[in-house]
Amino acid sequence: MDTIKLTIDNREVEVPRGTTILKAAEQMGIKIPTLCHFELEGLALENRPGGCRVCVVEVVGRRNLAPACITECMPDMVVKTNSFRALNARRTVLELMLSDHPNDCLQCPKSGHCELQSLAADMGIRDIPYKGQQSQYAKEFSPSIVRDANKCIMCRRCESVCHEYQSVGAIGAIERGFPAVVSTAFGKNLTDTNCVLCGQCVAVCPTGALAEVDNTGKILRDIANPNVKTCVQVAPAVRVALGEEFGMPAGSIVTGKIAAALKAIGFDYVFDTDWSADLTIMEEGTEVIGRLKAYLAGDKNVKIPVMTSCCPAWVNFYEKFYPELRDYPSTAKSPQGMFGATVKTYFADKIGVPRKNLVCVSVMPCVAKKYECEREELGVNGDPDVNYSITTRELARLIKICNIDFNSLPDAEFDSPLGESTGAAVIFGATGGVMEAALRTAVEVLTGETLPRIDFEEVRGLDGVREATIPVPGVADLKVAVVYGLKNARMIMEQIKAGECPYHFVEVMACPGGCIDGAGQPYHHGDASIIRARHAAIYEADRRMPLRKSHENPEVQAIYKEFYGEPCSEKSHHLLHTIYFDKKIKFDID
Amino acid sequence: MDRSLLEGDPHSILEAMAICGYCIGADKGLIYIRAEYPLAIHRLQVAIQQAEEYGLLGKDILGTGFNFEIELRYGAGAFVCGEETALIHSMEGKRGEPTFKPPFPAQSGYLGKPTNVNNVETYANIPVIINKGADWFASIGTEKSKGTKVFALAGKINNVGLIEVPMGITLREIIYEIGGGIKGGKKFKAVQTGGPSGGCLTEKHLDTPIDYDSLVAAGSMMGSGGMIVMDEDDCMVAIAKFYLGFTVDESCGKCTPCRVGNRRLLEILTKITDGKGTMEDLEELKNLSAVIKDTALCGLGQTSPNPVLSTINNFWDEYVEHVTEKKCRAGQCKALKKYMIDPAKCKGCTACARACPVSAISGTLKNPHVINQLDCIKCGTCVEKCKFGAITVR
Amino acid sequence: MVGPKVKISESNFLKIKEICESFDNNPGELINVLHKTQEHFGFLPEEVQQVVADCLGIPVGRVYGVVSFYSFFTMKPKGKYAISVCLGTACYVKGAEKILDALKSELKISEGGVTDDGKFSLDVLRCVGACGLAPVMTINGKTYGRLVPEHVKEILAEYAE
Repeated sequence: MDTIKLTIDNREVEVPRGTTILKAAEQMGIKIPTLCHFELEGLALENRPGGCRVCVVEVVGRRNLAPACITECMPDMVVKTNSFRALNARRTVLELMLSDHPNDCLQCPKSGHCELQSLAADMGIRDIPYKGQQSQYAKEFSPSIVRDANKCIMCRRCESVCHEYQSVGAIGAIERGFPAVVSTAFGKNLTDTNCVLCGQCVAVCPTGALAEVDNTGKILRDIANPNVKTCVQVAPAVRVALGEEFGMPAGSIVTGKIAAALKAIGFDYVFDTDWSADLTIMEEGTEVIGRLKAYLAGDKNVKIPVMTSCCPAWVNFYEKFYPELRDYPSTAKSPQGMFGATVKTYFADKIGVPRKNLVCVSVMPCVAKKYECEREELGVNGDPDVNYSITTRELARLIKICNIDFNSLPDAEFDSPLGESTGAAVIFGATGGVMEAALRTAVEVLTGETLPRIDFEEVRGLDGVREATIPVPGVADLKVAVVYGLKNARMIMEQIKAGECPYHFVEVMACPGGCIDGAGQPYHHGDASIIRARHAAIYEADRRMPLRKSHENPEVQAIYKEFYGEPCSEKSHHLLHTIYFDKKIKFDID
Repeated sequence: MDRSLLEGDPHSILEAMAICGYCIGADKGLIYIRAEYPLAIHRLQVAIQQAEEYGLLGKDILGTGFNFEIELRYGAGAFVCGEETALIHSMEGKRGEPTFKPPFPAQSGYLGKPTNVNNVETYANIPVIINKGADWFASIGTEKSKGTKVFALAGKINNVGLIEVPMGITLREIIYEIGGGIKGGKKFKAVQTGGPSGGCLTEKHLDTPIDYDSLVAAGSMMGSGGMIVMDEDDCMVAIAKFYLGFTVDESCGKCTPCRVGNRRLLEILTKITDGKGTMEDLEELKNLSAVIKDTALCGLGQTSPNPVLSTINNFWDEYVEHVTEKKCRAGQCKALKKYMIDPAKCKGCTACARACPVSAISGTLKNPHVINQLDCIKCGTCVEKCKFGAITVR
Repeated sequence: MVGPKVKISESNFLKIKEICESFDNNPGELINVLHKTQEHFGFLPEEVQQVVADCLGIPVGRVYGVVSFYSFFTMKPKGKYAISVCLGTACYVKGAEKILDALKSELKISEGGVTDDGKFSLDVLRCVGACGLAPVMTINGKTYGRLVPEHVKEILAEYAE
């Protein structure tokens, strides 16, 4: 390997050519602060505009200071990261940034997680010498995301994610000079743009400029309301991430503590979205099998590939960008949706509570789920199947608000009958999980034989696009693809449009690595090892389960017997499947 | 100056670009031109057409097998697009935001392809150098800066306009011989060169031979080739503020020091010209200017404090006067102006008091009037109305 | 349950389409497209930007990001006669601000404004490259140089109807 030697802070270091000063310093234990720089290594997510200038260092012989994040090491370079000149410049730049930043840290949704705040604390900023004009933008609310452009520091992370990673382009830099800020076209509300509410902008925003809508207050009020019964469901990815909010190492599996905490908070019924993930496999799997059989039998009208439809940002994406292809995704509702529909019918009847007196809340690793709850078609006469959803981060706050010492909580079980699940359900939380869960069931159904293996390693991993051929003896070689990031999804949609899509079944998730890095998860601040740890934990949770195939879930089998009849029955079509709309921008020409 | 080249001799640019293309193996050239120069655009279009008709552009030029075509791209009012990476992004239909170098345009430029970016004036020199030889060109100018330079001579000077002079000429020759001296017999104060990124030269630089290096050594630069002459009526703090106003308007907003820092610099300068400045503000001006120079992303930001630093260096006394004595010796800073009625000359006609839009003048008929300084908005109406020359401005 | 709607007349819609097609609907030509579009409409209102985005296949945010970046592009209609006062250095030193003040008080509008009858709009710009004529203003591209505030009235009178 071509390496070069240089000196950083009086120590010599040898690095591969092309290494930035930032990376070289990092491997020597020198931590140069950054703000705009963002990289999720191995997940193809990065932002390197070199714009914030917080990471400037002195390079001997160079006229001006160098931004460490994008300046490549050169042979015999002498770098000083903590000379007075560099430190003074860094402090001044930070003070300038703060001079156009609201000082409302105490009320800020990112307080305690804000990278600007912690940098100011680390640098010991006590006063801002620069007073002057401050940006004055109005706060803006959508069902999922709150935008406060006054807190934007123009790091452009959100813009990179929105444009490059998701190929959505709802937010980007507008204006120039001092008024320049990241916003929507014409400063519109996100809901009136092509935003799909994936929330990855929230996940990467270093400040409080982008945050989730907070629903914790609603929960406390509903739990205190004697006229309603409350039930809660928890998505798979939450259990491998929530522990981080309480100081546990990334990848801690805290399923039992979550159930205990939700009971302590006061929910009447604590259920599991994993249960409805298994139900989703029954419905979606049956749909896949049906469409596939028809396709293989030569039916030209059937749409292949079947695409998953669990991810709400992905659903928004095809409704807004590819409405003409909305027959391809499965009509199966998401696990959250299936859970809500079941709770508000079957379960409400069972406990004898009218649906309007039953509040169903979900805990999701996601902010787009908040919008999914508001979808009219996912409710009855204005009563939503799932009343509202909170993120993993909100659950952590709720636990703290309710004086619960999470770390010392003894494990508890989810309630029955919507609490039991299999390993196939928990892997919904990682990219490839829905695919694998579907395969575990579909291949058995198609061949009529018990699978010799449970793990479909070929669809696992953290690459943005993965494909595999799964031989199904006597049926076909099943070609499948798993993608995350909507830019990759767009690529598949373009293949379909061009009639060149080689796949039978495609799984799409909007967020990097799937729900484990959903926009509602604890902030990772660009540390990809956290995502990898959650990823490993998801498969560990799967391994620990006594049952690992959705169709083996006894509570799912029971509900078919008792209520739905069989997968894709008329009743399940009514309650567990949905329709999609054309939400593309239209020109009203007169 | 570039505009006059494009309007006056567009073919020299086209010829030079074709030569450049031939040298580096490019078959396409793009001219990025300000939309504010419609005549230059028109003449370039005509020239390109003519050159194509003559076979000097297009396919198989002069039977050499070399192909070269030239297209025009228009700016849309962004000074920062003079920075080469911003210019390239603008030509790609994007916001004119600069990007970090490396990669340099020669490595990865327009549409990610290696791109050679040159100024109009550089190109205009090429055909002449080729025709007359490098020795001829090198015989003009100084040791390190060869040839001639075109300046746009303007400001408080008798002869204004474009001048082409050999490198190494002195400011004195330009101002007093070519420029015919200061207008109205006023006293010379400074010359601003290099545009908003440049700095001010003073009396002590009048006999310095001008070339690229000497200007930088004097705290200014060649830059755009603008040369603005200022006289005793020009306030140097106000000039610095004027330039900062320009940079603040033209900053792209991508990097913090330029986006926020220049705004803060402008605010401090405004505070000073409003008579509210402190000595701490002057220190802050110095520190902030130095940090912006040291940390900004592109040439625009890195040079934006130059007008401040060079006026601080050369006219420190004027800054201090504004702060400590609340005085603007050029009389340009409105807030520091003081209108006063000389009781000896005032006849008490009441004309001024009646004309004052804010009723800041009090006094009775046939008795000397007084201006209430707190109310006075320094509009100057009273001076115009007074028939006896009793009102003076300090 | 439907997406956003953008109202626009058919003729305008077709005109924008035509302009975009003349540049092969190439997003790299966005600035040229916007120049042509603004030349035709006089300004670039929201719906026009929406159609441009649609034709070029880029998010409207990118179009707006560009429109709001470059000072040449405007989302507000200009007056029939667009006045621009040069505030380049040479003009500034020669008293361009006084010319601007005279125009403001004569037209009773401020920078960026349009007179109530839509006849004049007033803007400032940086250097029209006529420093020898400083101070300078332009009206619909016609240059007026070596101005003193007293000229303003006469020049405006040239545009009496």
